[in-house]
Amino acid sequence: MKILCNGETLELAAGIRVADYLSQLGLDASSVVVECDGKILTREEYGSHALQDGSVLELIRFVGGG
Amino acid sequence: MLTIAGRKFRSRLFGGTGKFSSPEIMKEALAASGCEMVTVALRRVDLNNPADDIMRVLDRERYLFLPNTSGARDAGEAIRLARLARASGGGEWLKLEVTPDPRTLLPDPIETLKATEELVKEGFKVLPYINADPILALRLQDAGAVAVMPLGSPIGTNQGVLTRFQIEIIIAQAQVPVIVDAGLGAPSHVAEAMEMGADAVLVNTAIAVAGDPVRMARAFAMAVEAGRIAYEAGLGAVRKDAAPSSPEDGLGFLR
Amino acid sequence: MFTIPEFPALQDAISRATEAEVVRALHADRPGLAGLAALLSPAAEPHLAAMAKHSAAITSQRFGRTMQMYAPVYVSSFCANRCAYCGFSADNIIDRRVLTFAEAESEAMILHQRGFSHLLLVSGEAPAKVGVDYLEELALRLRGRFAALSIEVQPLATEEYARLFRAGITAVAVYQETYDRGVYKQVHLAGRKADFDYRLETPARAAAAGMREVGIGALLGLADWRAEGLALGLHLAWLRKHYWRTGLTVSFPRMRPAQGEFKPLNPVSERNLSQMIFALRIFDPDVGLYLSTREEARYRDGMIGLGPTRYSAGSCTAPGGYGLADAGGEQFEVGDSRSLAEVSAAIQQKGFDPVLKDWDAVFQIKGDRQQAA
Repeated sequence: MKILCNGETLELAAGIRVADYLSQLGLDASSVVVECDGKILTREEYGSHALQDGSVLELIRFVGGG
Repeated sequence: MLTIAGRKFRSRLFGGTGKFSSPEIMKEALAASGCEMVTVALRRVDLNNPADDIMRVLDRERYLFLPNTSGARDAGEAIRLARLARASGGGEWLKLEVTPDPRTLLPDPIETLKATEELVKEGFKVLPYINADPILALRLQDAGAVAVMPLGSPIGTNQGVLTRFQIEIIIAQAQVPVIVDAGLGAPSHVAEAMEMGADAVLVNTAIAVAGDPVRMARAFAMAVEAGRIAYEAGLGAVRKDAAPSSPEDGLGFLR
Repeated sequence: MFTIPEFPALQDAISRATEAEVVRALHADRPGLAGLAALLSPAAEPHLAAMAKHSAAITSQRFGRTMQMYAPVYVSSFCANRCAYCGFSADNIIDRRVLTFAEAESEAMILHQRGFSHLLLVSGEAPAKVGVDYLEELALRLRGRFAALSIEVQPLATEEYARLFRAGITAVAVYQETYDRGVYKQVHLAGRKADFDYRLETPARAAAAGMREVGIGALLGLADWRAEGLALGLHLAWLRKHYWRTGLTVSFPRMRPAQGEFKPLNPVSERNLSQMIFALRIFDPDVGLYLSTREEARYRDGMIGLGPTRYSAGSCTAPGGYGLADAGGEQFEVGDSRSLAEVSAAIQQKGFDPVLKDWDAVFQIKGDRQQAA
């Protein structure tokens, strides 16, 4: 299936859960905020929320700033 | 001791985490500064470089995180970033930055007030970054901001406290702490801000891009302390005009 | 809530002030309360001329070379309080009078004809005679013809001030009389006025109701004037912080030793009064300062330009005193009995401009009961 992640179109296994996708990317779930289709997910939801075809994902983290 | 929204700080220097040449230098410089609160920004994860994570070097036990909303161009974007910041475990502290003009990075007063009103309602401890406008500072305090952060000069310009006379008014009228932020390019600038009576200062660029950021951080820390002690000790009078020629000049009408 | 330290603490702060602190206060951009204490202290007395000069410079910068003119209209001499020092005390046997609306309008029109546009409506504190309904009706009748109407009446509740604001009252004057609780208790023997704290909170209530200006003051001669000055400074600073949109003024009613039967507990000389005025001007560059006709012509003329910004002229302190037969008893004896024309001439002679109108009712468009002029 295709999703939009941080503005990029990506091919993913159908029904993959957010937590697994983050692992796939090599991201520490505790340092990332996930917004799926405009809704901010809680950390607990990472394990249960499954991505679907056309999901719009924003992965946000803290970076350096003034 | 400085208190903001009920929390005490021993250091009146706050640090920024941007523009450093490496996370390691940033970590050392912040340690040298003695600061207890640091700003961080929120950005999309770089999918090509997932390991690039400043959280590796920033100890959340040591520093209170102050997420900023840099990049927001209006209240709506700032509010969204604020909620994302809170969701990422950033707590309720928030440096509200609404900067629609990428050239000057000057803050939008109207969007900042709008966003403050909404975010205060949502339980955030809002520290708005503003131009040094005394009336705006009063309006933000009325709206529930826990501090105000007037700029000394535009972000990154290192020009010092160009807004001196307005900041003096803000300090005189403030009911919440005043943190001078942006444009503080040299330790003498922060000493000046502290001598005026500012409660704290925030420095990022001047430390991050210095030849030796670690030593520069130390210099800034000392300047903040010196300025504050001078303020508390009571600076000497500056004679503005001459004394009258005779001790009863102009008072002959008194009986 | 505004709270005031105990008087001995204020007196202590003042008495500890040194000459060095006086000099520092004279040159600081923001002398602050410590500077005010120094300027009120005995250590500042040798520097009175320098204080006058500095006060004059600040006044000129903030207010220009102008003097705002106003006139009081006493609408009632009935009073339920028993203040030991006042001509209207319920204990005194004087002719009491409360003006009908027609009479009050007639008095106001006399002042209107003279040229006044700012009126101060004054009454003794007797809500049964002059309550909010009375004041509201009077305001509605007068608002079209006067730029600004202020009141000096009994302390009211916030909602009552809000009602009066909508009716056209622009400012409220309420003097604590003395910020010394002990002396306050001594001289306010009965009546609602005996409640020190309720009175102390009154300026804040008026400001909260949206009044454009609030006036405070102490009756000089009751307690230690220096500490009253510091208390006034504290009160000003608090009001500025909490009601930053509200204009502030201070009045300096001074008991003159020769008048009446009440001897001032702590007499205040002209030098003392001047020191207090200069100190407050230096402390708060933006505060309006009143000098009424209690003071003599010579003194008022001398003070033009040195700090005060509001002068009355041709004042009568008895209800109906301007034009009605059988005017009631006076609140106090006037020291400067010159007419508006004479006082204006004196002001102009000193190089200042007497300003009769500094606001306009048309700017105050809140309220559903607008009255055509």
